[in-house]
Amino acid sequence: MVTRALPLPHVRSRARQILPGFGLSLGYTVFYLSFIVLIPLAALVVKASGLAPLEFWTLATSPRVLSGLRVSFSSALVASMLNIPIGLLIAWVLVRYEFPGKRLIDALIDLPFALPTAVAGITLTTLFAKTGWVGNLLEPLGIRVAYTQLGIVLALVFIGLPFAVRSVQPVLEGLGTEVEEAALSLGASWGQTFSRVILPQLLPAILAGFTLAFARTVGEYGSVIFISGNLPFKTEIAPLLIVAQLESYNYAGAAAIAVLMLGLSLILLVLANLAQARASKVVGE
Amino acid sequence: MRRAVALPSAARVSPLKAHSRAEPLWLKWSLIGLALFFVVLLLVLPLVTVFYEALRAGISRYGASITDPDALKAIGLTLGVIAIAVPLNTLFGVAAAWLIAKFRFPGRSLLISLIDLPLAVSPVIAGLIYVLLFGRQGVLGLWLEAQNIKIIFATPGIALATTFVTFSFVARELIPVMQSQGREEEEAAVTLGARGWQVFRFVTLPNVKWGLLYGIIMCNARAMGEFGAVSVVSGKIRGLTATVPLQIEMLYNEYNTVSAFAIASLLAALALVTLVVKALLEWRGKLEAKSQS
Repeated sequence: MVTRALPLPHVRSRARQILPGFGLSLGYTVFYLSFIVLIPLAALVVKASGLAPLEFWTLATSPRVLSGLRVSFSSALVASMLNIPIGLLIAWVLVRYEFPGKRLIDALIDLPFALPTAVAGITLTTLFAKTGWVGNLLEPLGIRVAYTQLGIVLALVFIGLPFAVRSVQPVLEGLGTEVEEAALSLGASWGQTFSRVILPQLLPAILAGFTLAFARTVGEYGSVIFISGNLPFKTEIAPLLIVAQLESYNYAGAAAIAVLMLGLSLILLVLANLAQARASKVVGE
Repeated sequence: MRRAVALPSAARVSPLKAHSRAEPLWLKWSLIGLALFFVVLLLVLPLVTVFYEALRAGISRYGASITDPDALKAIGLTLGVIAIAVPLNTLFGVAAAWLIAKFRFPGRSLLISLIDLPLAVSPVIAGLIYVLLFGRQGVLGLWLEAQNIKIIFATPGIALATTFVTFSFVARELIPVMQSQGREEEEAAVTLGARGWQVFRFVTLPNVKWGLLYGIIMCNARAMGEFGAVSVVSGKIRGLTATVPLQIEMLYNEYNTVSAFAIASLLAALALVTLVVKALLEWRGKLEAKSQS
């Protein structure tokens, strides 16, 4: 079989020869991955590189593109940060306490994942508009959510919530209470025990949740465009600029903004993964 | 002691007694209250809003909205797209999970990262890449036009964009499940003379079926609701290339909110079904894991 052709010293070669399907599954996986993902993404880079460097730079630093990137990245960053305490709180309550309706709430956490983004978009807009159930309570306080950047952040908090909760929840479940009890019996207060004993053990999971939420929300489109109002220089997100370029048949421009977005988010994701690896090392996992 | 038998989690709860003594009761209930506040604000209220807005103008108006010919055509198109994207990604998920869970080879971790890559790509960019490849101005545009094949602004483009967006879902769910299963059972089957397909069908599949089903459910949920990628490649021709989410957008932008929410309530109901099935699958999975150990 094909498997024999690849010498791999660190592998139990017996097992590799016994199980069938290596060549077939490798071939199919690589073919499908290339056809659906890699070749189309390569076409994007090729199209963007069709622009002269000066053209690319002029477009990338044009005020409207810079503003779009700023709105997208800052909103995703703020929303993912807000989701850290909210996700931790919900995961904590679901793991540590018993209360009526707990199972129902546990199942409901994945709603943002299952609910189509366009439905989330029009619903949150209706709910938080001046006339909406929540919006009319906030209006007298001078807080406007719909058609402001706050609305974008709200939509992204909604989208990112399951990632924040589901990353922390299993780790919290698996956390033994022995160390905690030891800390408490040695006279640490509850607050000290939480911040010095529990939180450090959760840190890698919290960072993982943050990274997933950020990756998912930074390019989010469907839930945002309804609530954002799409005002240029104020609430216009980067994906919408790509759509605008496409609608004016400027394909190279659309590709350039897309490459810029992808590059920026990949850099941030690599940084987040490094931070996560460091946190895991500190915990000693 | 009777409670300990009734509640499987009781074993985990009882050592916490010392802990709850240290943690004041008022704190516990304020944490629960605060968590409930966020759950109600972010999850319950939006869900209620969808159905309230949909039914606000009465049940007959609701019925008319969801049986509108354009709405029915949109539903048909979305079902068609799901029928292409979900089986394709399921087949890929199974192949990729088998490869990654059962074998060690150079480039394996790179492959895992590449499988996750579509999750970090904005849906709009997912649509854009196919426009750049197959659109009129695209790399293959002129050739496709000469062959009279239409991909962009037609069903194939919508199916492709949806496939990209839901690419990782089945593989991601299946890889850890298959990995935790190990290789011993499959190896034993092979030693006893089972063929490749028999090993998968009778040894691997029964072990991973809940994980596989879970992946398919999540893939399906995302496929039926995909908006950004589809809106770029569809051209939004009503009754022809408008999927259900695009139909909702068009109605909403025309201030026809009742109809928009009526159709949205169908998707919201399907999302709820997804959540129920997911909860059942997790429950089954836990039950089986317990009976095996």
